[in-house]
Amino acid sequence: MSRFVIPILAFGLLVVVFWVGLGRDPSYVPSPLIGKPAPAFALPRLDNPEIILTEADLRGQVSLVNIWATWCVGCRQEHDTLLRIAAGEDVPIYGLNWKDDTAKAQDWLTRLGDPYAATGVDGDGRVAIDWGVYGAPETFLLDASGVVLYKHIAPLTMDIWREEFLPRIRQARNQTQ
Amino acid sequence: MNRSAICGWVILAMAVPAFAIDSDEPLADPQQQALYETLTAEVRCLVCQNQTVGDSTAPLAADLRREIRAMVEAGQDEAEIKTFLTERYGDFVLYRPRYTGPAAVLWATPVVLLILGGIVLWRILRRRASLPVPAHDDVSEGGGA
Repeated sequence: MSRFVIPILAFGLLVVVFWVGLGRDPSYVPSPLIGKPAPAFALPRLDNPEIILTEADLRGQVSLVNIWATWCVGCRQEHDTLLRIAAGEDVPIYGLNWKDDTAKAQDWLTRLGDPYAATGVDGDGRVAIDWGVYGAPETFLLDASGVVLYKHIAPLTMDIWREEFLPRIRQARNQTQ
Repeated sequence: MNRSAICGWVILAMAVPAFAIDSDEPLADPQQQALYETLTAEVRCLVCQNQTVGDSTAPLAADLRREIRAMVEAGQDEAEIKTFLTERYGDFVLYRPRYTGPAAVLWATPVVLLILGGIVLWRILRRRASLPVPAHDDVSEGGGA
């Protein structure tokens, strides 16, 4: 019977490889930024272009950076989740308005509510490239020193918030205390 | 009209005009233009993953072409530009993975499989060679192993 051992092992290995492979989302690209300081930027604020938002404004506490645009359907989907997080949690959300029409973006926040502590306008998408953004909505979790802890691609939901973000936020806060 | 002429017209009618995605002016320096073309043909557009940034109409691809163009014009070489891209988007952005890191497994797998296959083949042939030759010669040709 020993002659069957190797084919069965090889078959089993292939099953495992394909099983894992099929379960993966091919559109998910892991970010090389995780564990590294968030890229530097200086962007005019959506509410007042004379004030410049920079990565230094994000430091001091755990924060979120959310990439959004009015042309992005997923951003509309997650907007209520962002509002709930902004209302209920002690985590500021910074927006990065990506390749958007500024008037439309301002109107969006007026109509739907503004979950953001501040939003920077990235009209030509240059900062988004530095952040490795390839599809809105994307949400980065930063620790108090501005290091990227986690990145979520796709609309945020309360389930994802509870399962992926809250444990990491707790851990980050415990480490700094 | 003879048959080959009709064929010719049918084939011509099927030809679709090719529209250039990248309609920007070529770079002044032909060497820089060549580098730009090499890079845009090797960098993946992450929105439409089976296209290069040179082939894709996605806005992100246009942004990446613009960044690559600016870096080429600034005199950066291929390695510097690829490092810029992989620092932001990971190795996945390169259509041709590097030879180091986890991608090394990818490059080594065919060689390893070829060697394993060779070993298996060699062992089977050796076993066959040591089998006694059939005593009867009425085996029909192509009768299998």
